[in-house]
Amino acid sequence: MKSFTYERASTPAQAAAAVAGRQGAKFLAGGTNLLDLMKLEIETPTHLVDVQDLKLDRIEKTEKGGLRIGALVTNTALAADDRVRRDYGVLTRAIVAGASGQLRNKATTAGNLLQRTRCPYFYDTNQPCNKRKPGTGCGAIGGYSRQLAVVGSSDQCIATYPGDMAVAMRVLDAAVETVKPDGQTRAIPMADFHRLPGDHPERDNVLEQGELITAVTLPKPLGGTHIYQKVRDRASYAFALVSVAAVIGKDGAGRVAFGGVAHKPWRVEAAEAAMSQGPRAVAGQVFADARPTPDNRFKIALAERTLASVMAQAKG
Amino acid sequence: MKFDTPAGTNPIDQMKIVGRPTDRIDGPLKTTGTAPYAYERHDVAPDQAYGYIVGSAIAKGRITRMDTSLARAAPGVLAVLSTLDHAKPLPLGMMNIAHLFGGADIAHYHQAIAFVVAESFEQARAAAALIRTDYARDKGRFDLEAAAPTAPFEPTGDGPDAKDIDSVGDFASAFGAAPVRIEQHYTTPGESHAMMEPFATIAAWEGDKLTLWTSNQMIAWSKGSLAKILAMKPENIRVDSPYIGGGFGGKLFVRVDAVLAALGAKAAGRPVKVAMQRPLMANNSTHRPATIQTVKLGATPDGRLTAIHHSSTSGNLPDGKPEVAVQQTKLLYAAPNREIWMKLAVTDLPEGNAMRAPGEAPGLMVLEMAMDELAEKLGMDPVELRIVNDTQVDPAKPNRPFSERHLVECLRTGAEKFGWSRRNPKPGQTRDGKWLVGMGMAAGFRNNQLTKSAARIRLERDGHLTVETDMTDIGTGTYTILAQTAAEMMGVPLAQVRVILGDSDFPASAGSGGQWGANNSTAGLYAACVKLREQVAQRLGFNAADVQFADGQVRAGNRAVPLAEAARGGVLTAEDGIEYGTLDEQYQQSTFAGHFVEVAVDSYTGETRIRRMLAVCDAGRILNPKAARSQVIGAMTMGAGAALMEELAVDKRFGFFVNHDLASYEVPVHADIPHQEVIFLDYPDDKSSPMKAKGVGELGLCGVGAAIANAIYNATGVRVRDYPVTLDKHLDKLPSWT
Ligand SMILES: Cc1cc2nc3c(=O)[nH]c(=O)nc-3n(C[C@H](O)[C@H](O)[C@H](O)COP(=O)(O)OP(=O)(O)OC[C@H]3O[C@@H](n4cnc5c(N)ncnc54)[C@H](O)[C@@H]3O)c2cc1C
Ligand code: SF4
Repeated sequence: MKSFTYERASTPAQAAAAVAGRQGAKFLAGGTNLLDLMKLEIETPTHLVDVQDLKLDRIEKTEKGGLRIGALVTNTALAADDRVRRDYGVLTRAIVAGASGQLRNKATTAGNLLQRTRCPYFYDTNQPCNKRKPGTGCGAIGGYSRQLAVVGSSDQCIATYPGDMAVAMRVLDAAVETVKPDGQTRAIPMADFHRLPGDHPERDNVLEQGELITAVTLPKPLGGTHIYQKVRDRASYAFALVSVAAVIGKDGAGRVAFGGVAHKPWRVEAAEAAMSQGPRAVAGQVFADARPTPDNRFKIALAERTLASVMAQAKG
Repeated sequence: MKFDTPAGTNPIDQMKIVGRPTDRIDGPLKTTGTAPYAYERHDVAPDQAYGYIVGSAIAKGRITRMDTSLARAAPGVLAVLSTLDHAKPLPLGMMNIAHLFGGADIAHYHQAIAFVVAESFEQARAAAALIRTDYARDKGRFDLEAAAPTAPFEPTGDGPDAKDIDSVGDFASAFGAAPVRIEQHYTTPGESHAMMEPFATIAAWEGDKLTLWTSNQMIAWSKGSLAKILAMKPENIRVDSPYIGGGFGGKLFVRVDAVLAALGAKAAGRPVKVAMQRPLMANNSTHRPATIQTVKLGATPDGRLTAIHHSSTSGNLPDGKPEVAVQQTKLLYAAPNREIWMKLAVTDLPEGNAMRAPGEAPGLMVLEMAMDELAEKLGMDPVELRIVNDTQVDPAKPNRPFSERHLVECLRTGAEKFGWSRRNPKPGQTRDGKWLVGMGMAAGFRNNQLTKSAARIRLERDGHLTVETDMTDIGTGTYTILAQTAAEMMGVPLAQVRVILGDSDFPASAGSGGQWGANNSTAGLYAACVKLREQVAQRLGFNAADVQFADGQVRAGNRAVPLAEAARGGVLTAEDGIEYGTLDEQYQQSTFAGHFVEVAVDSYTGETRIRRMLAVCDAGRILNPKAARSQVIGAMTMGAGAALMEELAVDKRFGFFVNHDLASYEVPVHADIPHQEVIFLDYPDDKSSPMKAKGVGELGLCGVGAAIANAIYNATGVRVRDYPVTLDKHLDKLPSWT
């Protein structure tokens, strides 16, 4: 771990300015991802701006009938919220499928969105990795890639976004609210929030330096049956090989997003029109441009089969 | 005490304290977090500095340059050791092939190349990252599958008896003539011990005397090894390891934490503590080697085996040993014709060495799957197939019987208790909603090893007993069974016995490994107790032959004297050990199990979830059924990991185990382990020791992996012969969910 300086900000604007004003500065929320990465010198911030005093820990109703989730609401609090459990069950289910009780107590909504890949070559600083050290190459391509992306990857990086919560937020059409160092705010649709790796795998998302997440908003409730199914080698405490977040209506129509398959929660809206034709028709379109490795080719069949399971559960 | 004839009746047979399901006497310390593990022994030496290990970034080649200047100048740094400080590697310790430190050559990934000592852990870690190393990479051999076809034979047996191929009868003809045959190839992956407590040591020097507070299963071995590695006189080294947070064979040997703590403490002129960083654990140390195995079985239509072939190829660094995956096949089933061999390829992956039930664990995963395949081909119940082929003698030496062997009873009892008769022999037929449900079984087998072991026992003035031996408790319950042994022998309550372990100044014990710890260490203490009883009797004026020790009294005829009286005139100390004659040559001594498992496989996703497990064990006298049960269910859990998820993933280009932390090397979590049941048969073995006990700590792992895989097959009808049985391997062949 490299030495760093530390401060606690008291307002969002101050926090954003503090990070923008210093090269190598980063926000610190629950620390469950950032501190681990710092210990391994995968992340080497020179300055941390702790956001825990920003009072962004409330869940409120929006004017449009949805919910605004403060950036610092913990995973535990969000999953347990009565309104979320009642109207956005897919979100509660996704969160409790992730990590462990202890981690969820510390993990925040913003930090969870920004958790970094679990690619094993990213985690080993002896290995080449374009995401960790641009220009060094990608260790995973041609290596052990069982966990990694099958779709949306590039010749520079085949990492996945590993999280669960964001997959549910993607299916719910959530938006990420931010404030920039100059005080400007914006709402980024979840669809556009995480990037594909392309030629710049070091950039996970579209945030600018110093841009602070203040909240995530959910549109008004969708109704329907909410399901999150996470598939993994052990029964708990593992990242998804494949996950499916779905909201499905009585008529079988609905929405579906996939986790564990790409550099972002993977949703192809156009494919959802095929829901009534069954999982194969949907998966065929969702994974039309897939470029799996020999290690992870199985994920495409697995995604289709998991979707079939989800659709069967929705039928009841 | 020499044990060379079968044990007669002795005080242990009273079973007032031995054989009871006693809580662990160290349990409260463990559950309250107050048992001091190696890294937490803040009080043993003042002013402890912190060490941090740097591992090699390449798997094979040479260091051409190392710049430690920035690290040396970093805040708080007290010393920086470089592997280049030594012209050549430090000598090897016992039973290892990978050098721990020294020289420019790199033999495997994460080999220790530097060590930073600083005032704080954080300073040591930060400075370690400032070391710049240049390498010249060599092409390494990292692919077992590619190396296997040209790998040479590794003879089995010892000395002049060693043969490339261990043959009995005429395998080729018998197999050719067998009416029913199977022939299949299988693989098992490398596995990591993945114990909770990493390697950890605090080292302190006093003049030329070195003390190491460490975490090690074998105190006498490690003292001897340290003397070799550090070129010291053994008497100048003290090793102390009272609590061990898991080892599974990974801590049988001295590891680099002990060596670098010692060298670092010398360089810094202060005590140094170090715990190996988790990401180094898999590649820096030893692991269970991967295997490629073939089994051919020939049988008559009634299921009698006429021919068995079992062969296994594994890899290791030069001069390494093979994974002896064929071991059990020499003894488990009767068959007049057999052919057994191993090959050993040279690879440049980290050192392969012992992990819990070495040999049998991967060997039975394969042999017992092959037996399942044969049973199906014969149209025979898998339990019956094993029973038909039971043997009461060493098949290669028919005049050498097993001391005790109740495998058939294990299997029959297990089948009945588990409800085996409800299993549908036709695979892929049983459903529970979306779940495909199946049952599987396997036989378990592991040898019982006799090794000498010594202990000391003292009768204190207040009547308490103190036991001292360098024996270790690796979470197994050793403290408790030793206390039970002393209490039973001396006729006092358990609470009156204090047990102190793991100190190399104490008499040398068997140590913990190869499931030999419990029987041998208690037998060694038994010998010491016999001596103490004689001393007590003498001091109290009894005729030693007819004295009884019970209820805190020493009795003969009408006379009874409190035991404590004997120490009135001064503490009484007795030291002795057990040594063995040839009973293990005259009799084959082994332990046996029947494993039964029910699984459910998600017909959509292919995920396997175990529903229930049962092990019926025949392992001699069970000294403490509660501790033994813990051992067996822990081993069954490890077997679940081996069957379902554990695999050291090899990067064949760069030559390393990629998933080298506990997030990516998955071991079972609670949710993976549902109902587990253990039944012990009661067959004391009078050929094993005066305790009549045998090993049980590894038996629970032996065969359980195959029982799980066989259950998966019964559920799905898809046979996966490459462990672990992960969902990707059967997904596309699963029966449809509709
Ligand atoms: C063992 C383990 C298992 C796990 N398993 C799972 C799992 O199964 N599924 C899953 O989804 N997750 C899993 N996780 C990840 C976990 O969910 C994340 O670590 C956690 O959500 C991160 O939240 P945090 O608040 O601790 O973030 P931090 O570590 O504090 O921050 C993460 C990143 O977000 C940035 N950041 C934080 N707050 C803001 C803000 N307001 N605005 C802008 N940037 C910000 C930080 O600068 C940093 O780059 C696991 C983690 C561990 C350690
Ligand atoms: S896949 Fe991406 S994260 Fe992994 S090694 Fe390649 S560049 Fe790095």
